[in-house]
Amino acid sequence: MTKVAMSVNGRAVSGEVEGRTLLVQFLREGLGLTGTHVGCDTAQCGACVVHVDGKALKACNVFALDFEGAEVTTIEGMAAPDGTLSPIQQAFQDHHGLQCGFCTPGMVMSAAALLAENPKPTEAEVREYLEGNLCRCTGYHNIVKAILAASGQEMAVAAE
Amino acid sequence: MPKDHGIGASSKRREDIRFLTGNGRYTDDINLHGQAHVAFVRSQVAHGRLKSVDTSAAAGMPGVLRVFTARDFEGVGGLPCGWQVTDRHGEVMKEPKHPVLADGKVRHVGDPIAAVVAETYEQARDAAEAVGVEIEELPAVIDMKAAVADGSVLVHEDIGTNLCYDWGFVEENKAKVDAAFDAAHHVTTLELVNNRLVPNAMEPRVAVGDFSFATGEHTLYTTSQNPHVIRLLMGAFVLGIPEHKLRVVAPDVGGGFGSKIFHYAEEAFVTFAAKALRRPVKWTCQRSESFMSDAHGRDHVTKIELALDAEGHFQAIRTETYANMGAYLSTFAPSVPTWLHGTLMAGNYRTPLIYVNVKAVFTNTVPVDAYRGAGRPEATFQLERVIDKAAREMGMDPIELRRKNFITEFPYETPVAVVYDTGDYHATMDKLVEIADLKGFEARRAESAKKGLLRGLGVNCYIEACGIAPSQLVGQLGARAGLYESATVRVNATGGVVVMTGSHSHGQGHETSFAQVISEMIGIPEDQVEIVHGDTANTPMGMGTYGSRSIAVGGSAMVKAAGKVIDKAKKIAAHLLEASEGDIELKDGKFSVAGTDKSVEWGAVTLAAYVPHNYPLDQVEPGLEETAFYDPSNFTYPAGAYACEVEVDPETGKVTICSFAATDDFGNIINPMIVDGQVHGGIAQGIGQALLENATYDEDGQLLSGSYMDYAMPRADDVPFYKVDHSCQTPCTHNPLGVKGCGEAGAIGTPPAVVNAVVDALQRAGHAHVTHLDMPLSPARVWAAINAK
Repeated sequence: MTKVAMSVNGRAVSGEVEGRTLLVQFLREGLGLTGTHVGCDTAQCGACVVHVDGKALKACNVFALDFEGAEVTTIEGMAAPDGTLSPIQQAFQDHHGLQCGFCTPGMVMSAAALLAENPKPTEAEVREYLEGNLCRCTGYHNIVKAILAASGQEMAVAAE
Repeated sequence: MPKDHGIGASSKRREDIRFLTGNGRYTDDINLHGQAHVAFVRSQVAHGRLKSVDTSAAAGMPGVLRVFTARDFEGVGGLPCGWQVTDRHGEVMKEPKHPVLADGKVRHVGDPIAAVVAETYEQARDAAEAVGVEIEELPAVIDMKAAVADGSVLVHEDIGTNLCYDWGFVEENKAKVDAAFDAAHHVTTLELVNNRLVPNAMEPRVAVGDFSFATGEHTLYTTSQNPHVIRLLMGAFVLGIPEHKLRVVAPDVGGGFGSKIFHYAEEAFVTFAAKALRRPVKWTCQRSESFMSDAHGRDHVTKIELALDAEGHFQAIRTETYANMGAYLSTFAPSVPTWLHGTLMAGNYRTPLIYVNVKAVFTNTVPVDAYRGAGRPEATFQLERVIDKAAREMGMDPIELRRKNFITEFPYETPVAVVYDTGDYHATMDKLVEIADLKGFEARRAESAKKGLLRGLGVNCYIEACGIAPSQLVGQLGARAGLYESATVRVNATGGVVVMTGSHSHGQGHETSFAQVISEMIGIPEDQVEIVHGDTANTPMGMGTYGSRSIAVGGSAMVKAAGKVIDKAKKIAAHLLEASEGDIELKDGKFSVAGTDKSVEWGAVTLAAYVPHNYPLDQVEPGLEETAFYDPSNFTYPAGAYACEVEVDPETGKVTICSFAATDDFGNIINPMIVDGQVHGGIAQGIGQALLENATYDEDGQLLSGSYMDYAMPRADDVPFYKVDHSCQTPCTHNPLGVKGCGEAGAIGTPPAVVNAVVDALQRAGHAHVTHLDMPLSPARVWAAINAK
């Protein structure tokens, strides 16, 4: 077991992990931050997406020990301390961009990373960016709509 | 002005807040003090005799608590099947034992052989690698027709055949159907495959077993769509635990689509092992494990024939289907190709004579059971494909041929034993023509042609039967369960309402939509209503959520219980207002005496019920809580019409969905936003089936599509925005809300629209030989069809 320390959602944290402990395991099991989900074992589904130093990353596919000193943000760190949802989270609720909620944390984290990179994406750019995030419930319709709305482009949505 | 609350309002979902902030509580988020972890040793071969299972090395590895094999389950029952089908000769189906851990033989890749329980999951997995399994491999039975041919290797030697049943429906009509075909002006024949799918809810299955030596009570936390059903099946048939000593909790569940209806071996294992080890035991399924252990869906091979007269009136339908059961009978598997499929073969059409034959077959594959739509997509696909083919053969417009045969008078009794209560199929088709702008198709086709792309249009109808019931009828058909639903409505002293429902939400938004109904009935704000579900300890007996039954059956039970509450509250109000009970009206959260200005608030009445100082104790007991069970008198019959436009690239065979439109008649609608979302998701799953998804076995029974690297799930850039419309509403006539259910429609109606569109594109481009393509319509398949000589 080796000690690892990092910042998660602005808080300094540390823990003892094995070399093989994945970042997502450290978050879920070590820190009890169960909002980050594991939906597959091949880094395809994206339910585990978190931000590391501002970039989206699949936490199921990397070792915790490699993130010594990193700044990690999880879904638990997205709303304001008083519980007010971030604009992307709010857009997901307003536009019914989630059903069972399991893919949602990864979707929100990917969407946030997309809008940080590209504040006014086209519909096609949103769909392409979400290639690494699977959702089985929504048919993506309202997820794409929510992300476009969060980017301030509500009128760009072609269909209801 | 759209409503902002109550029935018909697009209320935002209250459950979203916890899911959007990482505060959902899914089964894998549950960790009990002192819990151990299990890893299963699964068969890597499809078929073989277990010669030996050597657990000695594994048992000595770090952290290992115990290694279990079939020997530990000698006194334990097999996993039960919940539906017994009787075949066309009056014989009951073959029902082989399904042991918790493989006993003597392995019958599919993924069949669990041993289970290693250790302090940590990693230790359990490490030790699982060290279990020595010696298997004498047998030839795998994969192809269904070969499986039922003479001399086939048997999946289960003790039942002497791979044929589970040979079902005929309606058997008495067979000779008349055959005669109608002999006399027909035209017969269209189509042979097709309904491809095997993996449901793939995004949350993998998880089960945590716990046992209290203090109370003798078992608790199972599990990813289930129906915790009471699991309690009944596992308690009564597998482990012999009485229901009052078994609590099953299905907390937040990350999608189901049918795959989480069934009782699985892993649930029984953790429950059993928790008592044996005196510790909680947790199992978390890996995705690659779920591909080979979650029940799969569809997998039918069908020949359908449609007989028509010279004007195109349908005269008769005859089908022969081989339905894959996989290696064992999953919980509701036998009902899917029979009562959920044969009964829908009339579709939206007047066809006087129908005969359906289904041969259910055991193979060395993962068990197959209900997946979103369950039998109804298979019925719809074959019917809507053969109609399209018939229209082409007879030189008729496919929409006009459908319209010519629409059922227009209701109630309508089909020749396959169901009675449609309401519907208006011309209305949904008219609406589809409008929202899909079918008049503009030729212009769009010309635009596609300029880009060198082949555009096609596919249109079809669908009907489904939801809210499967009544219990007496399904009992006669072989169901070993009732199909009612129950609800308890508990009103607190200060007027808030808690509804405990036997329905289960795993994405459908019950916590919001059920609260809207109560808000409407009583006239209190939605946030005064709480919906509780998913725990057998605090909800009344329920049958759970599948078959689009929640609002139609569970909602009706809730309305019935709320009605009892309101009736009692009116008695209390009458007492407080010194008026006759018959004169009391409840509106906007206030009881008033008709024709007067006398009134009393809801909260004053509820307070009186719990502080009965001034109270009609001679008429009613204190308190305000009622339970109701609702057993429907009929199915509900949502129906609609779907249109898909595709572009096919003739150079590569790639199909692009350009537009997709759906008109559905769901009767009355509680929350239009949620209903639209349900249809969107179903459409994506339908597009997935039509273009992308396929559970593929090779001839040795190896699952070639065993991960998201090989199984093509629809992604955001595979699908367009959808146009959906639910303004055509013929309310259900036999439930109190007039609702029909909406969960499966998209998955049922979509595949034929996509395939009809691709065939249309190729036909219009002069590829007259392409009259059918089997799903999924991969670029390779489409390209090969275009280039076939």
